[in-house]
Amino acid sequence: MAGKTLYDKLWDDHVVKQREDGSALIYIDRQLLHEVTSPQAFEGLRLANRKPWRIDANLATPDHNVPTTDRAKGIEGIVDPVSRIQVETLGKNCDEFGILEFKIMDQRQGIVHVIGPEQGATLPGMTIVCGDSHTSTHGAFGCLAHGIGTSEVEHVLATQCLVQQKMKNMLVKVNGTLGKGVTAKDVVLAIIGKIGTAGGTGHAIEFGGEAIQNMSMEGRMTVCNMAIEAGARVGMVAVDGTTIDYVKGRPFAPTGEAWDAAVKYWRTLHSDLDAKFDKIVELDGSEIMPQVSWGTSPEMVADVTGNVPDPAKEEDPIKREGIERALKYMGLEANQAITDIKLDRVFIGSCTNSRIEDLREAAAVVKGRKVSASLKQAMVVPGSGLVKAQAEEEGLDRIFLEAGLEWRDPGCSMCLAMNADKLGQGEHCASTSNRNFEGRQGFGGRTHLVSPAMAAAAAITGHFVDVRELLN
Amino acid sequence: MRAFTQHQGLVAPMDRSNVDTDMIIPKQFLKSIKRTGFGPNLFDELRYLDEGKPDQDSSQRPLNPDFVLNQPRYKGASVLLARSNFGCGSSREHAPWALDDYGFRVIIAPSFADIFYNNCFKNGLLPIVLEEKIVDQLFEEAEVSEGYQLTVDLEAKTVITPSGESFGFDVDDFRRHCLLNGLDDIGVTLEDAELIKSYENQRRKTAPWLFGAGQ
Ligand code: SF4
Repeated sequence: MAGKTLYDKLWDDHVVKQREDGSALIYIDRQLLHEVTSPQAFEGLRLANRKPWRIDANLATPDHNVPTTDRAKGIEGIVDPVSRIQVETLGKNCDEFGILEFKIMDQRQGIVHVIGPEQGATLPGMTIVCGDSHTSTHGAFGCLAHGIGTSEVEHVLATQCLVQQKMKNMLVKVNGTLGKGVTAKDVVLAIIGKIGTAGGTGHAIEFGGEAIQNMSMEGRMTVCNMAIEAGARVGMVAVDGTTIDYVKGRPFAPTGEAWDAAVKYWRTLHSDLDAKFDKIVELDGSEIMPQVSWGTSPEMVADVTGNVPDPAKEEDPIKREGIERALKYMGLEANQAITDIKLDRVFIGSCTNSRIEDLREAAAVVKGRKVSASLKQAMVVPGSGLVKAQAEEEGLDRIFLEAGLEWRDPGCSMCLAMNADKLGQGEHCASTSNRNFEGRQGFGGRTHLVSPAMAAAAAITGHFVDVRELLN
Repeated sequence: MRAFTQHQGLVAPMDRSNVDTDMIIPKQFLKSIKRTGFGPNLFDELRYLDEGKPDQDSSQRPLNPDFVLNQPRYKGASVLLARSNFGCGSSREHAPWALDDYGFRVIIAPSFADIFYNNCFKNGLLPIVLEEKIVDQLFEEAEVSEGYQLTVDLEAKTVITPSGESFGFDVDDFRRHCLLNGLDDIGVTLEDAELIKSYENQRRKTAPWLFGAGQ
């Protein structure tokens, strides 16, 4: 019998019941809740007169539409009445059902995908769900983690289980060592550029290879975060010493004997040598350059040294039309050099890139420099209150402020522009987030996905620039 | 949940691939804490010429005459004919809620994004995958003949054209069973409550660190 993949192991360990039709009832160890996708789930529970199955499996925080300024006012500081109702509703629901919530004024509040790992609420081997597609982030810990819809949030609340079909196994192997100035974000953008936004559909992707093994946990989270942009609901990395060191000592992590038992189990969470994957893609990490997305889909990426594509050279008529449409929306010319794209705003934040290492990476680039006068705004939004505090302890806030970047309070912010932070029509933004769909960061806004280092470099020059030139 | 057995309805062809959830229902409308009322903002950015805001009376807004659903011949459509990778993007269930609230019951496409596909079944909508060439044919027929209707029979797993041509489709048995009977997923799962409890008790012994931390 062939060995098992990491995904096979996680799956097998969580099957409560195999149904005859091939679907299975899968036990969920942890559910993360936020204000946007949970109200209707709680409403559903109440309507059906049901109670949560296991309260301690849930952890909640408001993140999607909390303001990133003036936080001292708490909920009162949320100007938009609808946003305020959502945040209030989450609070009421958690209080009513006894679910632990890091409220808006709690220093532990932040983007769900930042706080789970930060608290040790994300542990290797868990099944983790959240009503947000970037739940794949937690796969960096050797978890089976994916986004679910609101009905499923309700289903997990009520039963602690999900009905799932097993996915196929895919391995994305990034060999070799990354060059200087090339980050986890560039790796994942390059992967999506290669396999496309449907490349992982129906598969659970395991990221492996030397470049991934050498990444920090935060880098691995960045990669897994964007598995969904490659079409896969699940992204994963095998557990190793890096994983275990990161988890150790976190508030929700086990201690003493339980810790030793856990580590023993966690050490088994990797694909067997003879495991079979349905699909394998390999990339040479040493060839990956800093990436910039030029279009309206995350697969529309180019090397910073490259050019915007020419639709005339595309043979596939559907793709050609897609490129034409994207260039029109983005206000770009065919063949234009990526470094000629001028920017209006820079956003450093989101669940992809708002952890301490991301902020350090950006600060290293802007240190002692000034934000270009041609920019309307450049802002840094830390992923959680604790990331913010850590950055301030390291003096990163001073570096950003002195360079002319704004230093905000934690939340999703301009990643999806549900709060007051958004792009104006036609504005170009260098953004460390994960989606560049039309209107994602504001009606008519033009998003370019990049790494924190590349965003920081662009803030200095006012247009894209190869960050490696600034690092020397 | 509303049961789905058979449906016959007017077809609206939306000739665009990779229609994402931001396009289906832009995020400024996600802030509601209810499940209904999203229909007027379905495809908001494509459908209207101005920028949509929550709590606005959409009947007063300027329509984009080029958008398919604004053409009088497609008024009242309940079958959406779409292109590949429909529903890509976020996990928001507001997308099927908006489609449902608008009046769609069936979506036919060569492929769907996984999460969206799942979410449809949970909300009484039927997503149907047909081969690209069949979808091409249906697009052609729907565009040529005004009032073009399709009949969908979930029991028989077929889509039938006005000329009587019939195409089979695949659908997971369990999902089909629930949709046919209007069964709520949670109720079905809770029939196995004892199994869940015994799994949980086992896990408490083998992986105690997974319990009790979130209190
Ligand atoms: S930061 Fe952006 S992608 Fe991440 S959870 Fe928030 S809105 Fe979603």
